[in-house]
Amino acid sequence: MTNTPRTLFEKIWDDHVVVHENGNPAVLYIDLHLVHEVTSPQAFTGLREKGLTVRRPSQTLATMDHGIPTTPPNIPITDAMVINQISQLEKNCTEFGIPLMGMDSPNRGIVHVIGPELGATQPGMTIVCGDSHTATHGAFGALAFGIGTSEIEHVLATQSLLQQKPKSMEIRVDGTLKPGVTAKDIILAVIAKIGIGGGTGYVVEYTGSAIRSLNMEERMTVCNMSIEGGARAGMVAPDDTTFEFLANRPLAPQGAAWDEAVAQWRQLRTDDGATYDKTVTLNADDLTPMITYGTNPGMGMKITDTIPDPADVADVSARQSLQKALDYMGLQPGKPLLGHPVDVVFLGSCTNSRLHDLWQAASVLKGRKVAPNVRMLVVPGSQRVKAQAEAEGLDKIFIEAGAEWRESGCSMCIAMNGDQLSPGQYAVSTSNRNFEGRQGPGGRTFLASPLTAAASAVAGAVADVRVLMNNE
Amino acid sequence: MNPLKTYTGKIVSIPTENIDTDQIIPAQFLKVTDKNGLGKNLFFNWRYLPDGSPNPDFVLNRAESQGATILVAGDNFGCGSSREHAPWALAAFGFRVLISTGFADIFRNNSLKNGLLPVIVDRETHRQLQSLAEEDPETRITIDLPNQTLTLPDGRTVNFPIDPFSKHCLVNGIDQLGYLREHLPAIEEYEKTHPQRVKTI
Ligand code: SF4
Repeated sequence: MTNTPRTLFEKIWDDHVVVHENGNPAVLYIDLHLVHEVTSPQAFTGLREKGLTVRRPSQTLATMDHGIPTTPPNIPITDAMVINQISQLEKNCTEFGIPLMGMDSPNRGIVHVIGPELGATQPGMTIVCGDSHTATHGAFGALAFGIGTSEIEHVLATQSLLQQKPKSMEIRVDGTLKPGVTAKDIILAVIAKIGIGGGTGYVVEYTGSAIRSLNMEERMTVCNMSIEGGARAGMVAPDDTTFEFLANRPLAPQGAAWDEAVAQWRQLRTDDGATYDKTVTLNADDLTPMITYGTNPGMGMKITDTIPDPADVADVSARQSLQKALDYMGLQPGKPLLGHPVDVVFLGSCTNSRLHDLWQAASVLKGRKVAPNVRMLVVPGSQRVKAQAEAEGLDKIFIEAGAEWRESGCSMCIAMNGDQLSPGQYAVSTSNRNFEGRQGPGGRTFLASPLTAAASAVAGAVADVRVLMNNE
Repeated sequence: MNPLKTYTGKIVSIPTENIDTDQIIPAQFLKVTDKNGLGKNLFFNWRYLPDGSPNPDFVLNRAESQGATILVAGDNFGCGSSREHAPWALAAFGFRVLISTGFADIFRNNSLKNGLLPVIVDRETHRQLQSLAEEDPETRITIDLPNQTLTLPDGRTVNFPIDPFSKHCLVNGIDQLGYLREHLPAIEEYEKTHPQRVKTI
């Protein structure tokens, strides 16, 4: 133990360094490895070729989420490549003894939804997954980050990773969110401020009264999109909100072990006097609903703003990039986005597909109808979220409003499973990426919160949910 | 992994900033279960027209770009998804060196594990490389990894940063898993003093 004040990140980092030889990256121990069907097959092949086994199957958890359909379970999967990836994962998990939340499991879901939901995600842990949104788990005060397939193989074989120590950044959000403004708007505003490369090389800790007052699902939304600002990991120090969420989850400690764990978890905070390499501040009182207009998540603005003009951008490359984005999006500088017609509304993804998100959208849709020109897909983040939502009657609200209520999965967030936009279509999406073609070749994405998505579904065009709320 | 020491190759420039890995290799090509054959789908949505024919406006499709093995790309190259399919596709297409003013973290890590060298240069050098590629598509430059230098056609030499470990692995064609496995005894020791935090079985 050292007496120097340390940040939350440094505490977890120090606690997991196995070896750190001078000049080399640290060997970092990994507590939990999450695996899915799309980025893992080549890693298992690598193990087989080298004659290696999985070192800690009981610290590994697998599911299928990226390519699977969200149609009713009685409709057979037709995509031969998806079938192949599913059966490969099944085979790999059987052969190497890894627990799998498979197609028939009531625990299946998006990997970043099920980890926390099962209580596998816990404070103070190191968590990795072959997926850049692994930062989601940082909401519990874990150091969680995405890795590539070579690194998946490293963790499977050794339960460790070679890592250069990142720098630390504090993003402090004080104040109180106004009605109609959500956790999604916080993170979209953060990314618009720091830019999509602003967090490169950093681990972010989100602090401040506005972050503290978020529930766990909202904290996950914030941490989830850290990578959209370039940061591999984002985290929030654990507190009573965290412990209440985790209590009695199937994989969380139970009984006396729980009390012991909570006592340890309470130490997981940045010490007074510890310093970050960089600090960024935002005031929640100033935030409004946010929406993106371009082809990366940093191209975001207040929903009432007008689309920026490339002519106002001094740097040549930045100007060309903005022009390219507006050309792809088919948008005119100086015009508002409010009122822009929308073809599809997607409520889902590891950013916004948990019960709280569904409730927010349902609160807008209750007693209202999705506009006739709009297709709205509601894709719960996991089978557990789906079951709970149905128990609470949310499915009926969505169906009565005219939305599609589907099985869980990544769905139109990544458009690998047939849920996708047609070329030229516009979507308001609660997912995390508006890259060219992300939701289907030629598709155009406006990223926003579940409240904004629901309001836009009703209006048939980009809408400000606060107007609806004021008319209530 | 092929070692990479000194390397001379022809450059090609895609100046767009923030090229994400969805552009490098779109999600529809992630349904494979091996690493091979991704080169033909590199930059798919930019490279091909909706009817499947090559887009004549895209730089990699131009006759004068053929044979280029060094890609000069805009800032923050490789942002977004962690898919290692992106460096697999770039390497399968024939690229050995990537030059930008900045790379996304995960992409950079993934590239280094596939014998693909990310070279970070200052804005001035970057601009110069871009203009060279546009003015003379036959421009060739030399990368000297042991000395961490890049030599422009006019003889000017620019230094670039790389951490000593990644450099050692690339220069000698070493797979990092080997190094990690040498530390298995220490990993076992660690496990003895650190109780398992979660049991998934
Ligand atoms: S929901 Fe989207 S971002 Fe999240 S894990 Fe799935 S594909 Fe990735």
